[in-house]
Amino acid sequence: MQDAILEGAGRSLEVVAFRVADQDFCFDLASVREIRGWTSTTMLPHAQPYVKGVINLRGSVVPVIDLSLRLGFGAADPGARHVIIIAGGSNQTVGLVAEVVSDILTVSESDLQPIPDIVDAQVREFISGVLLQDDKMIRRLDLHTILDQAGQHAA
Amino acid sequence: MSGADKEDIRSSLFEECEELLEATQDGLNAMADDPEDAEAINIVFRAVHSIKGGAGAFGLEAVVDFAHKFESALDTLRSGQADLTDDVIDLLRHCGDNLADLVDNARNGDNASIASSKQLEERLLEITGDLEQDDLPEFNPITISLDADPLSDVGPSRYTIEIEAKPALFSGGNEPAALFMALRRLGDVEVRASLDAVRPLSDLDVRACAITWQITLTTAGSEADIKEVFEFVEDCCELTIALEDTDDPAEQIAKVGSDLSALGDRDVPAIPSLSDLVQDVDEEKAKKEEKPSAGAAMPKAQAARTDASSKAKSSSTIRVDLDRIDKLINLVGELVIKEAMLSQSIDELDVARGSSVSASLDSLKQIASEIQEAVMAIRAQPVKPMFQRMARIVREAASATGKRVRFVTIGDYTEVDKTVIERLVDPLTHMIRNAVDHGLERPEDRKAAGKPQEGTITLSAAHRSGRVVIEVVVAGGGINRDFVRNLAMERGLISEADTLAPNEIDNLLFMPGFSSKAEVSELSGRGVGLDVVRSAIQKLGGRVAIHSDPGEGATFSISLPLTLAVLEGMVVDVGGETMVVPISSVQETLSPTRNDLDTLGVDSVVLRNRGELVPVIDLGAYFGFRTAPSTLEDHVLLLIASDQGPRYALVVDAIQDQRQVVIKSLETNYQQISGVAAATILGDGRIALIIDADTIMRDLGSSGPGDKQMKMAG
Repeated sequence: MQDAILEGAGRSLEVVAFRVADQDFCFDLASVREIRGWTSTTMLPHAQPYVKGVINLRGSVVPVIDLSLRLGFGAADPGARHVIIIAGGSNQTVGLVAEVVSDILTVSESDLQPIPDIVDAQVREFISGVLLQDDKMIRRLDLHTILDQAGQHAA
Repeated sequence: MSGADKEDIRSSLFEECEELLEATQDGLNAMADDPEDAEAINIVFRAVHSIKGGAGAFGLEAVVDFAHKFESALDTLRSGQADLTDDVIDLLRHCGDNLADLVDNARNGDNASIASSKQLEERLLEITGDLEQDDLPEFNPITISLDADPLSDVGPSRYTIEIEAKPALFSGGNEPAALFMALRRLGDVEVRASLDAVRPLSDLDVRACAITWQITLTTAGSEADIKEVFEFVEDCCELTIALEDTDDPAEQIAKVGSDLSALGDRDVPAIPSLSDLVQDVDEEKAKKEEKPSAGAAMPKAQAARTDASSKAKSSSTIRVDLDRIDKLINLVGELVIKEAMLSQSIDELDVARGSSVSASLDSLKQIASEIQEAVMAIRAQPVKPMFQRMARIVREAASATGKRVRFVTIGDYTEVDKTVIERLVDPLTHMIRNAVDHGLERPEDRKAAGKPQEGTITLSAAHRSGRVVIEVVVAGGGINRDFVRNLAMERGLISEADTLAPNEIDNLLFMPGFSSKAEVSELSGRGVGLDVVRSAIQKLGGRVAIHSDPGEGATFSISLPLTLAVLEGMVVDVGGETMVVPISSVQETLSPTRNDLDTLGVDSVVLRNRGELVPVIDLGAYFGFRTAPSTLEDHVLLLIASDQGPRYALVVDAIQDQRQVVIKSLETNYQQISGVAAATILGDGRIALIIDADTIMRDLGSSGPGDKQMKMAG
């Protein structure tokens, strides 16, 4: 993964930055479909605690994941100040609960740095690198890992 | 032409064959009703002939051979050279069935003849006798001739043009006749088609054009003018243009004249373009029929009329991929939901009644629901083809059991979702077999009971309050309740002490492990009983009921949803969540009193209902939404009947509504959840889960849902 990032150095990258549990994260813009306000979800039985339920996205049933809980920060207790980032690959769509979306940034891949080895395994599982922007450190989330987890481990 | 194209044509051939086989059945029915009906036999003849033609184009020898003999017999019959007795009609029906089998085999790539063909062919030969002759239309070599007058004056120069078409000429949509017309504008044209290379229909290569044309053009124009006509087709045909010496025009004309007379008044159909092939044969034959022949004169007007009506029918339908329709259905479902959400938001805005907003909204609502109905109707198909299959099942079952059956269908054109029809074939087949085998008495028994020897089975379909009801009425002996009761006791399904209402005894037929025939018969007793039928119908969201009058007969009625895209559901509240229970699983609903309920063990509750102890499950607790409530008196119980186990009662907080819901998959973006069949979107745009009553039952039988959750957490 780190090699892949280093190889890509020099190319520019657009990311959507947002906050979860007072920390800055980002996703590649290409994997984000839309951002919508928080709507209450329909609870799913026998689901993992971080699966908040499902919402109706123009006729599709889309599961919503509490990123804060998923990343180990504790339940978000989502409300009006939260948003749902609809993200997905070709065959699966999920909603991810985040606090405010702060920005869409264009960064150079050379700004991406590998995460230090000392960080614990749970973080390393989801975070594919960090981005230094002004005085902030933005953690780049690996959507594929989150999608896989949402699909397979939750029940 | 690519292989895919060929496959397309092939599949459309089989689709057409299906329609033609349907027409054959119709015609045979009409013949049975009125043997004097000349039009009926013509319909059958035309249909069989078209099948033969189509099959010939694809080299389906077995089909062609059999259809040919079938057709010969029909021809003999319609010319009045043989009598149309009941036995003959019976034979013709068997032939129809056999032809359907052959077509079916051919579709699966099996082009071999089948044993039954041989037998039937021999019997057909009895009808045809020595009259068998090859007067049936083969693919006649044909000449295209435009109405050029060879005796008109001969212009200054005469060209001979030879055209040999490559397949690309036709796949490019060019029409040779149009070229000839264009040449006519230059001068007088005489077109001769060389048919030497044309092969018989049975081994015709539909892609190749076997006809070459020789055109004699008398024109004042130059060779360049002629070339211009062929400008667009140069690449797709071999073209030679030669200036002819015209020293003796009279000789030329004489030659042309003799050519023309040799052609006679033969019909001139178009070049068999690929997709029209079957139809062409049809038309050619229809023309042939119009000529008064062998005493089977059909009034010309009538022939023309039927021809026109069949054409109108084929041009008014299109074939559409099911996926596209499903997408449309989904989108329309969305539209309806959005409309409901919009009207809710407008209500919240407190717009004055009668304002233009609410008036527009009302008309939007109406249009949306009309679109939804119209789109759903696209998937709907008449049940007729299925009923025709059943007619065949009846015939086979009757001859296997030695019974005499009159099979009547009502409501052939009742429309039901295609998928529902497809999945109904097996259970219905089983029921029909059962009806013949067990439902009707033997002819001698019927006679003894003072009934006609022939027993009637009626299969009907009708729309009733948003569902389709299919009934099998067996005018037989009805259900022998003493016998059924004794057998059920023998099988250990009920005990001696049970007192059962007549209706309950009848319903024992649907219990797993029950087979009403004392000796297992070859036909319907293969260890599968009506319980299989019931579970198949329940899977479709349907229900099956039985009603019997001893001595008079029995009626099985199947009630089905019109489509599988929506489901009739009971919308309930459970622990603050809204859920949907399919109506088809709910037997009854009740508000329990303290006296109805008993506690078993620590926290298992049972309900006393009709002398049975029914386990009570709290739906909220099952799904982990809440802990089971301590008192159930202000709750509602839904009695769930499942064929896969005993009944049970589900505790819900309240019943909101009963309505149709659109079924949405949970698995697309998430995964299957135990106890949940699917999801749906409610009027307010929120998602509600549709419960799966069978899974809940299974979970009960094995481990409790609580255990399951523990396992999952680990």
